Amino acid sequence: MSAPTIDERDLRVESGAVGVNHDRIDGPSKISGKAQYVGDLNVPGMLYGKVFRSQIAHGRITRLDVSIAEAMDGVVAVLVGSDLTDIDPFYGHAIRDRPIVALDRVRFVGEPIAAVAAKTMAQAEAAAKSIIVEFEVLPVAADLDTALAADAPIIHDGKTAAGFAHGLGNLPDRDGNICYSYSLNTGDLGSVTSADNIVVDHEYIFPAVYQYSMETHAVIAEHTGTEIRLWANCQHPFLVQSEIATLFNLPISSVRINVPYLGGGFGSKSYTKMEPIAAALARKAMRPVRIVNEVSESMVTTRRHNMKCRMVTTAKSDGELVSRDVQIWLDTGAYADNGPRVTATAGDAATGPYRWQATQVRAHCVYTNTAPSGSYRAFGATHLQWVGESQVDEIARRAGLDPLEMRRRNLLRRGEVVRVNGKPLDADLIGDIEKVAASLGWGEERKQNRGKGISVGLLAAGAHPVSMASVRMDATAGVSVLVGSTEMGQGTRTVMAQIAAQVLTVPMSTVSVPEADTRFTPYDRSTGASRSTTVAGKAVERAALAVLALLLETAGQIFGVADVSNLDVVDGSITDGKLSKTFSQIIKKRFGFVGGELIGHGEVKPEGGSGSYEEGPVFWEVCIAGAEVEVDKNTGVIKIIRTSSVADVGQAINPAQVERQDEGATLQGIGNALFEEILYSSEGDLLNDSLLDYRIPTILDMPETMNCIIVENGDGPGPFGSKGCGEGALAAIPAAIVNALGDIGIEMYELPLTPERVWKRIQEIQEIQKSK
Amino acid sequence: MSEPVEKFLCVVNGKQQIMEVPDNTLLLDWIRTDLGLTGTKQSCEVQVCGVCTVLVDGVPVSGCTTLAYEARNSNVMTIEGIRGTAFYQRAEEIFMRHSAVQCGFCSPGFILTVFTLVNAGRKLTEHEIKQALHGNLCRCTGYKSIFEAAIEVINSEVGLGK
Repeated sequence: MSAPTIDERDLRVESGAVGVNHDRIDGPSKISGKAQYVGDLNVPGMLYGKVFRSQIAHGRITRLDVSIAEAMDGVVAVLVGSDLTDIDPFYGHAIRDRPIVALDRVRFVGEPIAAVAAKTMAQAEAAAKSIIVEFEVLPVAADLDTALAADAPIIHDGKTAAGFAHGLGNLPDRDGNICYSYSLNTGDLGSVTSADNIVVDHEYIFPAVYQYSMETHAVIAEHTGTEIRLWANCQHPFLVQSEIATLFNLPISSVRINVPYLGGGFGSKSYTKMEPIAAALARKAMRPVRIVNEVSESMVTTRRHNMKCRMVTTAKSDGELVSRDVQIWLDTGAYADNGPRVTATAGDAATGPYRWQATQVRAHCVYTNTAPSGSYRAFGATHLQWVGESQVDEIARRAGLDPLEMRRRNLLRRGEVVRVNGKPLDADLIGDIEKVAASLGWGEERKQNRGKGISVGLLAAGAHPVSMASVRMDATAGVSVLVGSTEMGQGTRTVMAQIAAQVLTVPMSTVSVPEADTRFTPYDRSTGASRSTTVAGKAVERAALAVLALLLETAGQIFGVADVSNLDVVDGSITDGKLSKTFSQIIKKRFGFVGGELIGHGEVKPEGGSGSYEEGPVFWEVCIAGAEVEVDKNTGVIKIIRTSSVADVGQAINPAQVERQDEGATLQGIGNALFEEILYSSEGDLLNDSLLDYRIPTILDMPETMNCIIVENGDGPGPFGSKGCGEGALAAIPAAIVNALGDIGIEMYELPLTPERVWKRIQEIQEIQKSK
Repeated sequence: MSEPVEKFLCVVNGKQQIMEVPDNTLLLDWIRTDLGLTGTKQSCEVQVCGVCTVLVDGVPVSGCTTLAYEARNSNVMTIEGIRGTAFYQRAEEIFMRHSAVQCGFCSPGFILTVFTLVNAGRKLTEHEIKQALHGNLCRCTGYKSIFEAAIEVINSEVGLGK
């Protein structure tokens, strides 16, 4: 990735597609219910699949009897572990630790043991219920403390098998139940200590959280013997394609994945999820099979890591930050999923964007007998920002500094080192936080029981910078953009259309962006890490520029101009100042009849390195927000009065969509901060596996005022100076809420901030004050 | 299957349908699987999220917790039946203008709830509208745009209460 070249900028023509609130191109079909999701699709001959899951958290399978199920009406196939002896059935992009179905052992409640394919859903469900399984029960480690104890049951044996896309450099072997550790040190902690320093030292707890994309995980699989077809609601079709190909010993191109609309993703559909079991079941049934999870099943398919953290921050008595020492333990559940990456990103976020004399970060990814944890929007940053920012505020209070002034003094400035050998800071954080503070009425007279908080953080964004795109222009100058970014609600198809329309100076109505189909859509690393607009969008821009170059080539011949830079491109025509030819006239001239097409290819690849995380990120996503809250001290109930967030996007391609991203992330941040929490028993039973018991924000949880400030400094590596957004507010809002509570003397060290927890803390603080 | 199956009539979106399903079939499954009307979605299955909202004789119900049998001999309206109405055209235009749609999974359910509120014919305050919409979840938008769009639709149809 690099900034656009001068040539690219010069070719741009003001057609008004970028920076404008164009209607979503998928809006009407979604509002009217015409838009189809995987669960709405039918494939000829399709069967219905149902997964049979473990009811215990840890045990060896001593008996598995599916004979009753196999004999039941409508049942075509029952998949069990012994069907997988001809392949290596383990997958996992980070650590290859997970079998397609349990082979001899289960490690969490909900782990797939078998799967049924039947002619109707009712038949599949009935057959799954008839499966008999018996276990030799093993000791359970259902939480971090148990899993880290000296006598902990060890959840995985043998050597660590690295996955194909872990991006973590060397992956050392497990250490007990710790499957991965990340460390980051600068300076010498020992030499910067001083007796005069302010020291803040606490332990923090962050809960397990369910992403709840309203559409659950769903996949249709078909295995023809030589080819696998999938219709899957996956965020990263090309990574899934690669992993499925490896599992079933096929060339990558013999796996074809179509991705229709996703009913939300938020990271829950990143990497491989239900695709392997669906493909294996279809292989056995020799017919297409559709599996659609129930919510209780998606909750055990992936979740956000719960975390324990110990942080020590020191500062001089005037508030100048000196050092930070952080230990992090993230509960990745029974299988690593994206845990190692979450751990590294959490480590990166731990020190915050501040100037330090010395830092030490040790982050650990820990196996437990609970459902696997993976990606959820702003992972790592959400885990750590509230911890680090509440310590910065505590220091400010003890130093007698306003939190805003504290940040002005200590925040990194553009160009300063964020992480050694990585990308320097590429944003104006002080400018951003001042805008948030202003919008909150910072410094105005305090109202009773109301506090205000601000928070600042960075999130390593962009993932691996590899994306390709094709832009095709037909004989009528209609444009198709083929790009692998999956549409999960974030509006990527609209944004890609705007980028192409802007470059080609054509109306939005002539640009279409079909779904990703790995057979025809060029490779795109993934949809996540706020990378689509920045990385895939850059590939689209380049592909559109390649089409424009073809048009100019033919136009040059028409006008008899050798140097096409003398030609202007205006509203779908090319002119030499005297004559003007429309694109379709030019295409007709090129091919000699009304036909043919122009195809442009765009590629983004690492420049001047391997594109690794250590060298990156592609850009630092800014995580800045503020909140004003009101606390009922008699009940511990928190009301969010207003929030304010910054979308520091370089250039907004579609400002309304940017605002919607921040508003959505804000509500998720409120849920994460105030009440969302997956609960496990000590035996590893998931206690709140439905939306009745696991509450997400409703419209009644909306703050009275929700403000998104778009900052456009043109400093992103994406098209038109753009950079990604949509995750920052989720990391920043819980931290802002915690700091707003701290502002009225209620310092909290555990999320979510349930009324009970807040009320107890208020009593505790009152006791401490009385005893003084 | 050997379960006894009775036949019932049911009018869906103005068209007479024969309901011929096992008596434990959910209304949602009958609509989506047997009739192929997939604009009605399935998510929480416990009457919390609102994506399976359909109207039975004008009353909004959750298809996930209603038996098809309970809708026998009645008029069922789904998003597919509302699509062609003048109400829908205005609502879509307003929802689009507020960019009150992202992944779209919740959108038909919100439209049906707003349709019900408009059909009641009574002026509603913003507070009442918010209360009425809290049975529809959205994980993408943060609700603000949906709330503003719903207020505008209801105001344009029946006016707002004070």
